[in-house]
Formats: sequence, structure tokens, C-alpha cells
Amino acid sequence: MAALCVEELLARAEQRAAEPHPSVAVEKELELEFDLGNLLALDRNVPPSMPRAAGAQRESRLRSLARDNTQLLVAQLWGLPAERAEGATGPLVAQLPEPSYRLPREKPLPRPRPPTRWEQFARLKGIRRRKRTSLVWDEAAKQWRRRWGYERAGGDPARDWLIEVPAGADPNEDQFAKRLREKREKVARNEFNRLRNIARGALPGRGLHPTGHQSRAELGRATQVARVSTASLGRFQPRLPKEPPAPPPRGGKKRHFEPLLGDLAAERSRQLELLRGLGSKKPPLDLTRAVNKQLREEDAQAAADKGKKRGQRGKRGRQRPGGGKGKKGGARRQQQRRPAGRKRKGPSGNRRLDGAGV
Amino acid sequence: GSYCFRLHKDRVYYVSERILKVATSIPGDKLVALGTCFGKFTKTAKFRLHVTALDYLAPYAKYKVWVKPGAEQSFLYGNHVLKSGLGRITENTAQYQGVVVYSMADVPLGFGVAAKSTQDCRKVDPMAIVVFHQADVGEYVRHEETLT
Repeated sequence: MAALCVEELLARAEQRAAEPHPSVAVEKELELEFDLGNLLALDRNVPPSMPRAAGAQRESRLRSLARDNTQLLVAQLWGLPAERAEGATGPLVAQLPEPSYRLPREKPLPRPRPPTRWEQFARLKGIRRRKRTSLVWDEAAKQWRRRWGYERAGGDPARDWLIEVPAGADPNEDQFAKRLREKREKVARNEFNRLRNIARGALPGRGLHPTGHQSRAELGRATQVARVSTASLGRFQPRLPKEPPAPPPRGGKKRHFEPLLGDLAAERSRQLELLRGLGSKKPPLDLTRAVNKQLREEDAQAAADKGKKRGQRGKRGRQRPGGGKGKKGGARRQQQRRPAGRKRKGPSGNRRLDGAGV
Repeated sequence: GSYCFRLHKDRVYYVSERILKVATSIPGDKLVALGTCFGKFTKTAKFRLHVTALDYLAPYAKYKVWVKPGAEQSFLYGNHVLKSGLGRITENTAQYQGVVVYSMADVPLGFGVAAKSTQDCRKVDPMAIVVFHQADVGEYVRHEETLT
């Protein structure tokens, strides 16, 4: 079987050597349009007629079309100014021009945000923004002081030691308390308006609810994201007070341990088996061969189902080298590499010694 | 007599069966240790070998690393072994293989993990780490309080 493969391979290699290389020149009626910034080539030629009936011919025609166009694009790329990256021995890098072809948007255009309450009012009244100076001349202090904040011009109204009772006000009213109350009311009103603007979606971070009006699902998702956003990816994160306990990691199945003082002789023999398996160089399980056999059977079945394409599939199967990176090849390799004692259940909690295999 | 391994509060103990039978009479939460601690399972379920296992495991070591007298002191203080301190190394040591570290007088000093395979050890420059430190006999003095 192996000898046949080798003969076939040699014959094919000879054939390939005898064939001349495909030419680099490509004939086209219309020149292609190139947008090298996007590595794009637009072919406006009439495509070759490809009736649906001829299957394999269609494939080969499409391939040759793709090959020709790629050849032209690559020829254009070689015409670009290039330089060597990372010094004299680095790879040759071409400098692409600016892309001219506009690619479509990935996401839709954002919808315009509604104006805030102040913006509405300002538009109504025709109020426009004035540029204000940051410092104001304070006559009393004969200094330039800032407009608001620490040591503001005109003194901090909250720290006045004297407030004159305005004409027409009740003499028994506490002016200090009144000032404090008014300030609090102003702050509260401002906050209310801010939240109302957010609710109307007028702020840049819209779409999110700051307080209340959040659905249970949204909150759950937010909690989950917050839990996982730690350095240990949420492994050691305690639960919130009313959060339900974490779902068990192994689907609710409890690990079964041997009793502490169970059959000690049996435990010894089991562990010596394990040691023997670890010590030997070859993998002790026949599972690998069983799996390979199963995969071969599946291959054969698939080939038999295809019927007339069997010859091709057989050839391809034999062509694939031993260390191939195919999906099945990878699975086989993984099976072989699996360490010996994986499937065995050790005695009361004795786990496989990891890493430091002395 | 006959010995066995037992897991108690994330630590693996090597204990004789006679002592094990006696230890079953002590309540689990009050039991601190039994037999010899070989190592423990960390929070992320990795097994970490302790120096207390050295006397038991050293005779069975397949991959050994001998350390020069100058670098011996450094290793006993918990540092990794550099190429300049490497005396000998067993042939065919794979990278990240667990090794037992010996002094030139064949006295076991501790455990380590080979940072480079034997082939790579020859090519690498003298300041590169060749063995990662895992446990050494100096820990008996340094970590007196925490060793079980």
C-alpha cells in the first residue's frame, strides 16, 4: 500500500516538472480598474459564459479567471514604491496609496439626538453662547479673582457672617436657612433636569438608564459583566446579598471519592499501575487506536456515499501526509498526546501530579 | 510499613497507614497536618510541590540539575539558577520539565522547573535563567512558620 503511494507521488512529481510554468502575461479586452489602497481590482470585462450544467468546467474557468485577475493586481502592487522594513534584511514593504473606493458603513448612521431642555429654551429665546473671561476684577480685594470657585470675586455667599433682611421680608425668618434651602432646591432641580435629559436621550451616552427603569434582564447582564471584569475574571468574587448562589461548575454532579480507610491494598495496586503508566514512554491506552479506527471507518463510509467521486477522494486521502494539519489529523494527534492517567479516578482526592513530574 | 497519600484541606500528605487510622479520630477542622506534606493544591487547582517532599522524591528523580558551589547559596535563598551557575544537567531534559536540583557533592537542594531544554541550555548566554526555583532546603529556615 505504501509502495503504491510512493510510486504515484514520484510519477506526479515528474509530471509537474515536465510541465512549463504558467505564463505571467494576461490578456484582457478592457483594462482593470485598480484601487490599490483597498487592494481592489475591478474587472469590467464580460465574464466567460458558464452554463450551470458543466460543473467541473465551471470550477476550472472560475479558477483561471481568479488567477488572471490576481496576477494583474499583484503586478500592479509590484509597481508601487517599496522600502525594506526593519533594516536591510527585513521584508520588502510596498507603500499603498490612499484608498479611493468608499466601503459601506458597518453600522447604521447614528440618529440625531433630541436637544436638552436648556437648548430648546435658548433656541426659543434666541440666546447665544458668549465667551466669558475666566478672571474677574474684584474691586474690594483689588485683584483679579476667578469667576466662581475658591476665592471667587465678590466673596463666597455661603460663608457670609451677615445677611441683611431684605425690605418686605418677614423679620423673624431665618435668612441663612432660607439661603441654604434655596441652594438645595436649585441643586435638586438641576439634577432632575439632567436626569430628564438623559431619559429623553439627549446626552451622548444615551440608550442607558442611569437609575430605575432598568429591566431585570439588563441588570442581570450588567451584574455579569461587572463580575467578570476583575483581574481573576470573577473567580474569587463574592456574591451580592440577594444574588442566587453560583451554578455548580460541573452541572450539579458531585465528585465521587473513595472512603478514607477503604481497601488500602487495592489503592496501592491502583497507584502503582498509575506510576507504571506514567513511567513508560508509549501511551498505555488503546483508546487512540480505537478512535483512529473509528475515524477511518467514517472516512470510508463518506467515500462510499459519494459514489462516483470515490476515486478522487481516495487519492486525496492518500496524498495527505502523516503530520497533516487537517481536522482529523489534529484530533488524532490530540488523542495521542493526552497524558496517561486522565481517565482514571484516583483514590480519595488524589489528583494527577501536575507539572513537576520528577 | 505501608504508606499512602491523603488530601486534607488542599494539602497532600504522605502518611503511614497506622498513623492514618489514628488520625481519623481527630475532627477534621482541628487536624493541622499528618505525616509528611508533599505539596498543596493552589486556589486555581495547580499542584505545588513543597520542600518537605525532597527526601522522598530525590532518590527517584529522573531529571537532575547540578549547581556550582557559587550559585548554590543563591538558589538556597530562593533565586532562580542562571546559566553561569549550572554545573551539569541530565541529557534529554525537556523544557518546563520538573527537576531535582543537586549541589556538586550530590546533596539534593530542592525542586525546580527546567526553563530551557538541555540543548537550549548549551546555546543560551550566561545570564539567562535555566532552572526556575520551586522549593529549596533553605525554606526550612525561611518559612518555618508556614511549613507543615
